[in-house]
Amino acid sequence: MTASSIIPLFVAIPLAGAFITPLIGKKVKWAPDVIGNSLTFVLAVLSIFSVMMVSSSGTIVYSVGGWMPPVGIAMVLDGLTSFMLVTVNLLAFIIAVFSVNYMEKFTSKAKFYCLFLLMLAGMNGVLISGDMFNLFVFLEIASVASYALVAFGTERYELEAAFKYAIMGTVGSLFVLLGIVFLYSYTSTLNMADMAQVLMQKGGGNIVLMVSALFIMGFGLKAALVPFHAWLPDAHPSAPAPISAMLSGVLIKSLGVYALCRIFFNVIGMTADISSILMFLGALSMVVGVFLAIGQWDFKRLLAYHSISQIGYVVLGIGLGTPLGIFGGLFHLFNHSVFKSLLFLDSGAVEYSAGTRDLKKMGGLAEKMPVTGTTSLIASMSIAGVPPFNGFWSKLIIIIALVQAGRHGYAFWAVVASVLTLASFAKVMKYAFFDKLKEQLKQIKEVPIFMKLSMSALALICLFGGLLLVGAVKIDFLDKATDVLLEGTKYAAIVFKGIG
Amino acid sequence: MDVYLLTLVLFSIGIYCIVRKRNVIKTIIGVIILEYAVNLFFILSAYRTEGRAPIFMQEEEIVNMVDPLPHALVLTAIVIGLATTALLVGIAMRLYEKYGTFDITKIKELKG
Repeated sequence: MTASSIIPLFVAIPLAGAFITPLIGKKVKWAPDVIGNSLTFVLAVLSIFSVMMVSSSGTIVYSVGGWMPPVGIAMVLDGLTSFMLVTVNLLAFIIAVFSVNYMEKFTSKAKFYCLFLLMLAGMNGVLISGDMFNLFVFLEIASVASYALVAFGTERYELEAAFKYAIMGTVGSLFVLLGIVFLYSYTSTLNMADMAQVLMQKGGGNIVLMVSALFIMGFGLKAALVPFHAWLPDAHPSAPAPISAMLSGVLIKSLGVYALCRIFFNVIGMTADISSILMFLGALSMVVGVFLAIGQWDFKRLLAYHSISQIGYVVLGIGLGTPLGIFGGLFHLFNHSVFKSLLFLDSGAVEYSAGTRDLKKMGGLAEKMPVTGTTSLIASMSIAGVPPFNGFWSKLIIIIALVQAGRHGYAFWAVVASVLTLASFAKVMKYAFFDKLKEQLKQIKEVPIFMKLSMSALALICLFGGLLLVGAVKIDFLDKATDVLLEGTKYAAIVFKGIG
Repeated sequence: MDVYLLTLVLFSIGIYCIVRKRNVIKTIIGVIILEYAVNLFFILSAYRTEGRAPIFMQEEEIVNMVDPLPHALVLTAIVIGLATTALLVGIAMRLYEKYGTFDITKIKELKG
């Protein structure tokens, strides 16, 4: 039992859970809830444990089946991976707690938890994979599960959104596969570290440019950057609220942003051109997303457009490539997954009690639903960048990094997008929670206990998220992740040293 | 070289089908064609001139063989494609139940 043997557990545990849940779930009514929640809890604890392991012993590599990389498949646990694992698994646990009550109104909880765990397995797989083709397989597992989850309610608009999402997602995945084919035929290896070394020796050429374009299209589609964003505003609102939170909170980040960063920084190597393309796409998503969001009246659709906008901030920060920019981008990634999940859970809570998503039909809900009202106020302030909530710190860091790098134009747009975000959430709070209570809403009640618990937990993280910037937590959690992206193609040497 | 161009043609047909066709089933067929183009290209990239099957035997020495790895990978990709297609067809059937048509210009309630 070596240290590296916890790495495959991140995939094995949710996969096993996804297999067992529908088998037992038909007979035993309470089993899916218990299995789903306990497994995600175990994963969340393991992911925090993995951060400690990385800080004590550096990069750890697990060789699947005992075949040594570069021939065998490698699973790599380094700073960036453990950072993302914490984000994904912590959120998954809190959302699973929320689902206990929320999913009562759907017929089959067992199927829900099966798909949920399958999606989690795919996301964790993408994060820990050190092998190009393995990354593609896990990406597809997570994607296919998410297509099915978007269609979970099987109503008209849900099916339509799921069909659109599935077609565009499949095309995106095929672009990724095509990119992998080109890279494999150029380098004759699939191991990411080995690939980075071969690319360094052979040097880039036209083929690397082609591969970069394919990956930007493929992963950009998964991350919903602006020219490829058309599926997101349909798919995210149509899914059940916990799944919207999962999709917006972590799926677009682990499949899109993480994979994009890992490949461009650590495998292909970052160049000035790619950096400026990423920054441009990021800034475009940031501005277009927020402009489209401000006119929406559907609560969840408005949030979905804000996801596009906030992903823009993350990509802008990371694409800048300076240490502070990457740090701010990753910190914003974590913060966004917390407050956006919270907002989607709040919208789910409103839908659960008041039965509507239309902002014009709501009003004065804060009076009847104090927990939902308070938590969505906190989340709105976080996403708009009001101090002292976590969103403020990460946006501030990104803007400071942009100014330091002399990119004043991008910094200006980042501020403008932030102000517009504030405006659109002021609208949400006014219409949904603070206005006069509507006659037909007099009867509604606050949501059940588990939903309250998970919303409060996320609100607490929003409130104290700024504390991640001080002390040992910053060094272990955020600095380690930033270092991985900064070390660039030296990643290869570090991974080969970590094999054991 | 011709073979590569033919896969490119197949790829373009797939993209055309997805972008232009209004029928849900034809869109799905477009996805399948696209998938096959990528898989074929993957197999082609493994071919070596005058290569033979990579089967190891004791008495003979292998001089020139094709790369066996992409074949294994393409099998995986085909299985993934099967899962995606099955899901797409499942959604298309449910869509037909709800809307009574396969025409995507009539299936658009989500806007804005």
